[in-house]
Amino acid sequence: MSLNTMSDMIQDTSAGLFKVHQSVFTDPELFVREQETIFNNCWIYVGHEAEIPKSGNFIARTVVGRKIIFVRDSKGQVRVFFNTCRHWGAMVCRHHRGTTTSFQCFYHGWTYNTSGHLIGLPDKDAYPDTMDREDLGLVSPPKVDSYRGFVFMSLNSAIISLHDYLAGAKKYIDLVVDQAIDGMEIIGGEQKYGSRANWKLLAVNSVDVYHAAPAHQTYFEYLKSIGVDFSNSYRLPGKAMDLGNGHTVVEFEAPWGRPIAKWAPYFPSEQQPEIEKTRLLLEARYGLDRAYRMTQTSRNMLIFPNLNINDHVAIVIRTYNAPSPDSMEVTNWALAPKNESGFNRALRLDNFLTFLGPGGFATPDDVEAFESCQRAFANREVTWVDVSKGASKQEAAATDELQMRVFWRQWHRLIQNPELTHSNALVTTAQP
Amino acid sequence: MTVPAHVTRQNIEDFLYFEAALLDEWRLEEWFNLLTEDAIYEIPPTDDSRYTGDAQTTLYLIADNIVRIRGRIDRLRSGKAFVEDPHSRTRRNISNVRILEDSGSSLRIQANFIVYRTRYEVLDVFVGQLEYGLVVAGNSFRIRTRRVVLDQEALRPQGSISFLL
Repeated sequence: MSLNTMSDMIQDTSAGLFKVHQSVFTDPELFVREQETIFNNCWIYVGHEAEIPKSGNFIARTVVGRKIIFVRDSKGQVRVFFNTCRHWGAMVCRHHRGTTTSFQCFYHGWTYNTSGHLIGLPDKDAYPDTMDREDLGLVSPPKVDSYRGFVFMSLNSAIISLHDYLAGAKKYIDLVVDQAIDGMEIIGGEQKYGSRANWKLLAVNSVDVYHAAPAHQTYFEYLKSIGVDFSNSYRLPGKAMDLGNGHTVVEFEAPWGRPIAKWAPYFPSEQQPEIEKTRLLLEARYGLDRAYRMTQTSRNMLIFPNLNINDHVAIVIRTYNAPSPDSMEVTNWALAPKNESGFNRALRLDNFLTFLGPGGFATPDDVEAFESCQRAFANREVTWVDVSKGASKQEAAATDELQMRVFWRQWHRLIQNPELTHSNALVTTAQP
Repeated sequence: MTVPAHVTRQNIEDFLYFEAALLDEWRLEEWFNLLTEDAIYEIPPTDDSRYTGDAQTTLYLIADNIVRIRGRIDRLRSGKAFVEDPHSRTRRNISNVRILEDSGSSLRIQANFIVYRTRYEVLDVFVGQLEYGLVVAGNSFRIRTRRVVLDQEALRPQGSISFLL
C-alpha cells in the first residue's frame, strides 16, 4: 500500500464529517505498516511495578508480539528484557511468573542474573579470548521508563521521553493513582481473552459511551433489578477530552457505586463506614472538587495506542496485542489500593465482574460488537465507517465521538509519518 | 430430608447428565431450580492462580452469588444479551466423574468436561474440570457450589464465556 493511499484512509472534512476507510481493519499490508509505524514506535505498556514487588519476582509476557521478561533485579530495580538467550536464541524464562535469582537457558546452560548479566557460560575456556561476556547480557528494549508505577517500553530509541509522550494523560493517571493512600497494586488473576476482530475496534470502543445504552442494556437492567437508582441528576456533565498524542479520556457520572468511595445501596451496608471514611480522607487531602472527581465520577482513558485505564465500577488496566488484522489478544488486570480492607477488596472484585471481563454482563457484548463489525467488513462496497458524532459542537459530550477522532487522527499521522515520535511535534493539541 | 442409603457414581452421573441436557437445551429456569438458595457459580482465571486464589482476593472470570446467577439467566433470556442472540449451539460431554466426599447430606464431586460451541459457523471448544458441592434433596440433589476450572490458558479464540459454561 502506497503512502498516497494511506492519506486516503481518513476523511476529516472542514464540514465536520469524519470517516474512516473500512480497509484499515482488514488490509494485510496496512497491518504490517501499522506494526512498523505504531507498535514498534510508540511507548507501549509492559506492566505495573507492583506486579513484581520483591527482588527476583518476574513475569514473562507478550508485549507487541515480543516475548518479554518483566523482572525486579537483586537491587530492586525494575527491568525489561527480551526473553532470548544470546547463544542460540531460546527463551531463557519459560515460566509465566515466579521468583528467581537467575535465568538459565535449558538448551546449553547459559545463565543470566536478574540484572541481565551473563554469569554462567558452560565450558567457557572453549570460547575465544576476544569474546566479551559483558556484551552478551540479556537485551533490553531501546527505551524503558515508568510513570506512577506503570512501566512502558519503546522499540524506537529516538522516541521522546515517556513524560512528554503521556502529555495530558499524566493528570488523569494521577487522578486514579492518588485514590490510594498507600499506593496501588495489581490484584492477582489476569483475565486473558481475545476477539476475532481488529484491535482498533477495542481501542475506540473502550472510550465509547454512545454504545453503552443500546449494547449494554442488560447490564443496566441488572443494576435496576438490584436497586440502583437511575433518577439521579449529576453535578458534572459528561465530557470527552483530547489529552494530546492520541490519548483521550471520557469523564462522566454514572449510577453505579465505586468501591473507592462512592456508596451505592446495593453495596453491603457494613461497608458504608469504610467508603465514607475514604471519601472524607480524600476530601481532606485533595480538596472537595478534586476528591469529588476521584470518588464520584467515572473515567475511561485510552493511552495511545493500546492501553486503557478505565476507572468506573472498579479500575481495569487493559492492553491488547494484534497478531493479525482480524484478531486481538486482550489482558485485563484489576488495579486497587494497597491495604484496603478485605471487605472492600471483595466488593471491588464483585463490582468489577458484574460489568467487566469475558464473563461479565457487558464485555461479552462488546466482543460480539467487534466481531460483528469485522464480519461485515467483508462488504468492501460499503466503504466508510462514520465517526462524526458531536463534531460541530464546541464542547464534546461523553456520548459524542471526539475521543475516537483523537485516536484516529493520531493513528493516521503516525502511519504516514512515524518520525513524528522523535520530537515534541508529536504533541498536536492543547492539553486541558 | 431423605438421605439415600448409598449415593453411587451412577446417581451422580445421572444428575450431571440431566443438568448438561438442561443447559444444552437452554432450559435455564429448570436449571435454576437445581440450585440451592445460597448457590454460587464460579470460574477462576486461566492463569496460575486458578487453583490457589479465592474470588474475594483474586480477579476471577465469573464469581456469581445467587442474585447474579438470577441476573445472568434473566440477561440470557432477554434477547438483549447480544453475544447470545442468536444463541450458541452447545454440546457438553461430562466424564471422569468422581465422588471426592460424601457426608450423607452433602457431597463434593469432580468431573471433566468438554463443551463444543458453534456459532456463526465457527466451532470453539472449552475444556476443563467441574467441581460441585451438592446437597442431597429428596431423591435427587441440589447444587450449592459449581466451579468451572478451565484448562485453556486464555480465552482465545473463544473471546468470552457468553453462555452458562
